[in-house]
Amino acid sequence: MEIYLDNSATTRVYPEVAQLMTKIMCEDYGNPSSMHHKGVEAEKYVRQAKEIFAGILKCDAKNIYFTSGGTESDNLAIIGAAQSLKRRGTHIITTKIEHPAVLNTMKYLEGQGFMVIYISVDKAGVIDLEELEKELSEETILVSIMHTNNEIGSVQPLTKVSELIKKKSPNALFHVDAVQGFGKARILPKKTGIDLMSISSHKIHGPKGMGVLYVGDNVRLIPISYGGGQQGGLRNGTENVPGIAGMALAAKMLYENFDADIEKLYALKKQLIKGALELGDVYVNGVSENPDDIGSTAPHIVSLSFQGIRAEVLLHTLEESGIYVSAGSACSTHKPEPSATLKAIGLDKSLLDCTLRFSMSNMTTKEDIDRVLEVLNKTLPMLRRYVRK
Amino acid sequence: MSRNINKEIFNDFLIKYAEIGIKGKNRYIFEDALIARIKHALEGVEGSFKVYKTPGRIFVSAESDFDFDETVDALQHVFGIVGICPIVKLEKDTPESLMKSLVTYMKDMYGDTLTGKGKTGEQAVAIMKENGFDASKPEDAVREDVLGKLKWQSLLPSIKRDAADCIRFKIFARRESKNFPLDSMELNLDCGEAVLDAFPGLKVDVHTPEMIVYVEIRDYIYLYSEIIPGPGGMPVGTGGHAMLLLSGGIDSPVAGYMISKRGVTIDAVYFHAPPYTSERALQKVVDLAKIISRYTGPINMHVINFTDIQLAIYEKCPHDELTIIMRRYMMRIAEKLAGDCGALALVTGESVGQVASQTLASLVCTNEVCSLPVLRPLIAFDKQDIVEVSEKIGTYETSILPYEDCCTIFVAKHPVTKPSRAVIERHEHNLDDVIEDLMEEAFKTDRIIEIR
Repeated sequence: MEIYLDNSATTRVYPEVAQLMTKIMCEDYGNPSSMHHKGVEAEKYVRQAKEIFAGILKCDAKNIYFTSGGTESDNLAIIGAAQSLKRRGTHIITTKIEHPAVLNTMKYLEGQGFMVIYISVDKAGVIDLEELEKELSEETILVSIMHTNNEIGSVQPLTKVSELIKKKSPNALFHVDAVQGFGKARILPKKTGIDLMSISSHKIHGPKGMGVLYVGDNVRLIPISYGGGQQGGLRNGTENVPGIAGMALAAKMLYENFDADIEKLYALKKQLIKGALELGDVYVNGVSENPDDIGSTAPHIVSLSFQGIRAEVLLHTLEESGIYVSAGSACSTHKPEPSATLKAIGLDKSLLDCTLRFSMSNMTTKEDIDRVLEVLNKTLPMLRRYVRK
Repeated sequence: MSRNINKEIFNDFLIKYAEIGIKGKNRYIFEDALIARIKHALEGVEGSFKVYKTPGRIFVSAESDFDFDETVDALQHVFGIVGICPIVKLEKDTPESLMKSLVTYMKDMYGDTLTGKGKTGEQAVAIMKENGFDASKPEDAVREDVLGKLKWQSLLPSIKRDAADCIRFKIFARRESKNFPLDSMELNLDCGEAVLDAFPGLKVDVHTPEMIVYVEIRDYIYLYSEIIPGPGGMPVGTGGHAMLLLSGGIDSPVAGYMISKRGVTIDAVYFHAPPYTSERALQKVVDLAKIISRYTGPINMHVINFTDIQLAIYEKCPHDELTIIMRRYMMRIAEKLAGDCGALALVTGESVGQVASQTLASLVCTNEVCSLPVLRPLIAFDKQDIVEVSEKIGTYETSILPYEDCCTIFVAKHPVTKPSRAVIERHEHNLDDVIEDLMEEAFKTDRIIEIR
């Protein structure tokens, strides 16, 4: 039996999405820029996809741009905005717990002469609003703060952030990396005051290599690649029609049964946290002091630290029972250094290397969580016998 | 290669081999093995090739369009080859036509790169005449050729070939088959003269030449002037068979490469310890085996699940002796696998004193559990030397990937560096009640990955 609890790394593509994509690749394969019927047909898919996203985000279809994924959306938003606004200032604000797609883009901009401030987070992984307010100024041109943290599932108070920006830096653009949040929360950029927002397709049961960048009205970005002028010249290159249509269908399906799914995910999260704490010497990350109060965190991510057990060993042990999870963030395990997010929330040193992320989807069941807890209960004592001396 | 050469003109390669030339009556075995290895190496190269031997020489002939660089690269992975010479093959004809072909070869090969401030023979004589040279005078009565010019060179700096500017060359001619009118000496002289006349930028220097142009008269005439170095060593398959203890580190792939270079066919064993080591650690070892297999030929890689043995040692033996005892069991398993496939030795990447388990005292302890010789080609290498070889053979980048193949849980913070055999043996007895079963179980997990 396979229990896939690594949905924050990537998700299984909905069969309907795969079918639609196959049809487009094999039958409706035209280039949306072509003048003939084949092109018009392909363009229709792109337009429909924009409308689907516009419907979900409650914005206009012209605010939707298609990219190759969350990383490109982040890069285009951050570099594009910084280049566009650099004559007004060089001051950028982000947080210490962003995904590498944002953090390393910021590093790049630092090399280009921009000044980047990294806001701290508390133990629950929520940013310090006072610190943010202090750092915001007339000089600030861009603020980039994620919606849901990919490693611990903490959710940032974006509405409050937006109010602070309006108050202290009315000219600054506000970018949100919503790669983990989209599909798990109703994020309405226009209403919230978000100017730029990144979405990834493969985290929402769509194909890999696809993403969306929401670009608000009156936001001018400098493109980061050049070509045939597609998508208003902001994101050049022939549109990935099957990817776009597939991603849009996945998004549509995800929001069809949204409320029930989210409720179910929170129940599963509660079940997993409760069961894990009963195992002893297990700690939950990314939640406040009161573990029952999980409503303000992401419904699908549970970060657990297992005292005295190396994350990688536990990961492979669970794998032997068909349970797939991540150590920290899947994207950071290629580097032996401990995760920036776990350090930022002040996790005890001895737990840094003992932390696993369980991330669920609406396909996860109560029985799956029962089984995970059962396997943990069986294997933890065995693994704790072998520690480095 | 020292100079930019024109790769278009070659269809044939002469393969130079050194040590295998001296193996007496067994020589054919080595030559045939080398030919087999060359054929194998060329299988992946685009184009079709003929590989054949004549007395004392092995040739590779392209029988279709082929990629010069790819071919040379493949040959540079064949142990036993000392040099790869791109050759031009000529039908035997008159000496004059040979001279013409030689000059054409030089022109095609080096083009304009051989020009300099020197003068052709005719130009030199003209200048000499302008300066009062008179062939009718007895003291000037020298031949208006190379020798005459040489005499005048000492007198007339203006026509002297500028030593700093000219490329020093020599002809190395050999007449192996006697049905050609010029003997080796005459060939040297005539070929040298022809080249000198055609290329003002060259000068003869038989002692410290920068370029040697080889002219070999056999059933055909062969011209070549570039020797691309091969890896040396002995053809794989002529030196028996050994079992390599392979890990994902830097050392053991290099050890495998080096033993293989002496003609030894290798198989390998990797000790896998899930869940303490990951699938990627295994994949990394497979990748390393794949890289060295370009030199060593196919490798059968045994993967043994070592987890239970490791856990038993952890539970029952002193922590600071974990590594030594673990290695003793690895050696025992490797020896058994070696016996099963007819391997005559074990190969490890150990180097004296590199880590605690590689001190002489530790090596004694790990060595004594097996009776097959344990070959340790890196035994006296510094780490930096090993790194250099690994970079050269292309394993370094893979070796330093982060996936560990021994969980730090099983590495003591302060392991013994001077283990005593008696003590280790006594502690090993703690395993007596379980180890036989565990070993049997471990052998049952043996999975062979064929690395091609």
